[in-house]
Amino acid sequence: MVPLSYYLALSAILFCLGIAGFLFKRDLITVFISIELMLNGVNLAFVAFSHALHQLDGNLFVFFVMVVAAAEAAVGLAIIIAVVRNRRTLEVDAASQLRERRS
Amino acid sequence: MALTLFFLFALIAVAGAVNLLIQRHPIYSALSLVTVMGALAVEYLLLGAEFIAFIQIIVYAGAIMVLFVFVIMVLNAGEVAGEPRSRIAAFLGLPVLTLLGILLVSRTAAPFAATRLGTGDYLVQTAAVGDGLFHAYLLPFEVTSVLFLVGVLGAVVLAARREEPKRQAKAAGAK
Amino acid sequence: MPAGGLRRCGRYEMTTLAFFLLSLVKCLVVLFILLTAVAYIQLAERKIVGRMQARVGPTRVGPFGLLQPAADAVKFILKEDLIPDTAHKFLYVLAPMLAVVLALLSITVIPIGGDITLFGVHTALQITDLNVGLLLILGVTSLGVYGVVLGGWASNSKYSLLGSLRGGSQMISYELSLGLSLIGPIMLAGTLSLRGIVEAQRHLHWFILPQIVAFFIYITAAFAETNRVPFDLPDAEGELGAGYHTEYSAMKFAMFFLAEYVNMITVSCVATLVFFGGWSGPLFGPALLVAIEPILYFLAKVFFFLFLYIWVRGTLPRFRYDQLMGFGWKVLVPLALANVMVTALVVAWR
Repeated sequence: MVPLSYYLALSAILFCLGIAGFLFKRDLITVFISIELMLNGVNLAFVAFSHALHQLDGNLFVFFVMVVAAAEAAVGLAIIIAVVRNRRTLEVDAASQLRERRS
Repeated sequence: MALTLFFLFALIAVAGAVNLLIQRHPIYSALSLVTVMGALAVEYLLLGAEFIAFIQIIVYAGAIMVLFVFVIMVLNAGEVAGEPRSRIAAFLGLPVLTLLGILLVSRTAAPFAATRLGTGDYLVQTAAVGDGLFHAYLLPFEVTSVLFLVGVLGAVVLAARREEPKRQAKAAGAK
Repeated sequence: MPAGGLRRCGRYEMTTLAFFLLSLVKCLVVLFILLTAVAYIQLAERKIVGRMQARVGPTRVGPFGLLQPAADAVKFILKEDLIPDTAHKFLYVLAPMLAVVLALLSITVIPIGGDITLFGVHTALQITDLNVGLLLILGVTSLGVYGVVLGGWASNSKYSLLGSLRGGSQMISYELSLGLSLIGPIMLAGTLSLRGIVEAQRHLHWFILPQIVAFFIYITAAFAETNRVPFDLPDAEGELGAGYHTEYSAMKFAMFFLAEYVNMITVSCVATLVFFGGWSGPLFGPALLVAIEPILYFLAKVFFFLFLYIWVRGTLPRFRYDQLMGFGWKVLVPLALANVMVTALVVAWR
C-alpha cells in the first residue's frame, strides 16, 4: 500500500529536476531532453490520480501527452538540425544575433 | 512488497534524472532519460496501467529517445564548452529550485497522504483504453492524427537540405 | 494481503516465496536450454548453408561436427578482448550486454505448452503470462535498436557508424509494419496475452488462413528486425566490413551473435504462437505421450521457422539500402494498414 503522496512527490521531484536541466544546461539537445523529463513527471501524476480515483481518463490523457511529446520531439529535433547546420554549434547562447548590443 | 518496489524504482528514476543533469555529453543524458522512462514504466505497472507502461516503453523509450540518439549521432554532438556561467545562477539557482521542489511536494503532494493505493485495486484493461479513445475521446484522437501529419511535414521541410545554392553556383560557373 | 499467506500469483494460488522460487527455476531452465539451442542453431546454419552450396559444413570437431559449438565457445572465451583506444568505453561495453539482455527478456512471456504438474507443483509452461504479453515483445524489439545504434557509435569508426545508422533506421522502419501486422490476429483473438491468442486458435482455427497477408508482412518485417538476409546490409561482411560490430572481438562479439540468434528464436516462437496455433496438434497415444506432445508440436513449428531463416540465408541476395527502406515504408506499411482495416471490418460485421 503506497500512499498517493509518495507518487506525487516523485512526480514533483522529477518535474523540478527537469526544470533544473532546462534552465542550467548549455546545449540544445540536453535542454530538450529535460523538457521530456518534465513531461514524464507529469505523466506519473496523471496515472497516479487515475488509479486513486478509479477513472480511466488519466491513462487516456497520458496517451495524448505521449503523442504530443512525440510530435514535439520530431519537429524540435528538425529545428535543432537546421540550427546546427547554420551555426555549427549546439550552444544555447549561440543563437543571439538579434540581441541588442551590450555597450 | 509494493512499497519496496516503489522505492527501488523511484530511486532509479531520481538517480537517472540527477545523472541527466550531471553528465556533460548529451548521449549519456539521453540514455539516463531512457533509464528514467524504464523506471517510470514499472511505476505505471504498480499503478495498474499496464497498457500505458508498455506504450511508454514502445513509443517513448523505444522511438522518441531513439530519435534523440540518432540526432546526437548524426550531428556528432559533443560536450559544449561555453562562457563561464554566472555566479548568481549557481548560488541562487539551486537553493531556489530546491525551495520550489519542497513547496510543490508539501502543497500538492502532502494533502493526499491519507489515500493509499494498493497494486491490485485498479487494473486498466486494454479494451477499456480503446473504448475510451474511440468513444469519449474520439475528437482529440483525430486531432492528434492531424497533429502528426503536420509534425511529419514540418520535420521533413525543416531538416531537408537546401539544394539551390549548389545549382546557382554551377550555373554561375558554367556561364 | 498477508505477507506469507497464499495469494493469487498468475493463475495459481501459491505463496509469494514459492512463486519466486518457481519463476527462478523456470528462468534458469529456459536460459540453459536457450543458450544450448543458440549454439546448435549456429552449427545447423553452417551445415545447412554448406549443403546448399554443395559442400559439407564443419565436420572435424566431434562426430559430424557436433562439438563445433563447444570449440567456438572456448575460442570466444580465450580470445583477446580488445577495446579500441578512441572508443567510448562505457557504451562500448554496454551495447552488447544490452543486446543480449533485451533478447533474452522476451522469452519470459512465451508459452511452450499448456499446464503441467511436476513433482506436485501445478504450473503453466511459461515464465509469466502478462495480459499484454505481445506488447512486451514489441517493446523489447523497440529497445533492441539501442544495442545496434550504441554499439556502432561507441566504436568510433567509419564502418561501425555507417552500419549502425543503417541498421538502426532499418529496424525502426520495419518495427512499424511488424506491430501493424500483429494487430490483425490480436483483433481476431480479442486479447494481447499470448496464451489467450493460442487459446483463440483451438480446434485448428489457426490464424494463418484468415491472416495470410499479415503473416507474410510479419515474416518479412521479422527478417528485417533481426538483420538477417535479405535485409542484412547493416552487418554485411562484404560491404561494410561487418558493420556495427566491426570493432568488437571475442566475448562482446559473441554476445551480439547470441542476441541475433535469440532474436531469431523469439520471432519464430511468436510466429508459431500467433499464426500457427502454438502447441496445438492432433493428440494421440498413451497419457505420458499426450503430456509431451504439445511441447513437441511447438518445437517442431519453431524449428520449421528457424529452418526457413537458414534456407532464405542460403538462397536470397541482399537488398540495397534504399530498396530496403523503400520497401518497408512504401509497400509493407500500407499493406499492413489495409490488412488492419479489412480485419476490423470483418470483426465488426461479425
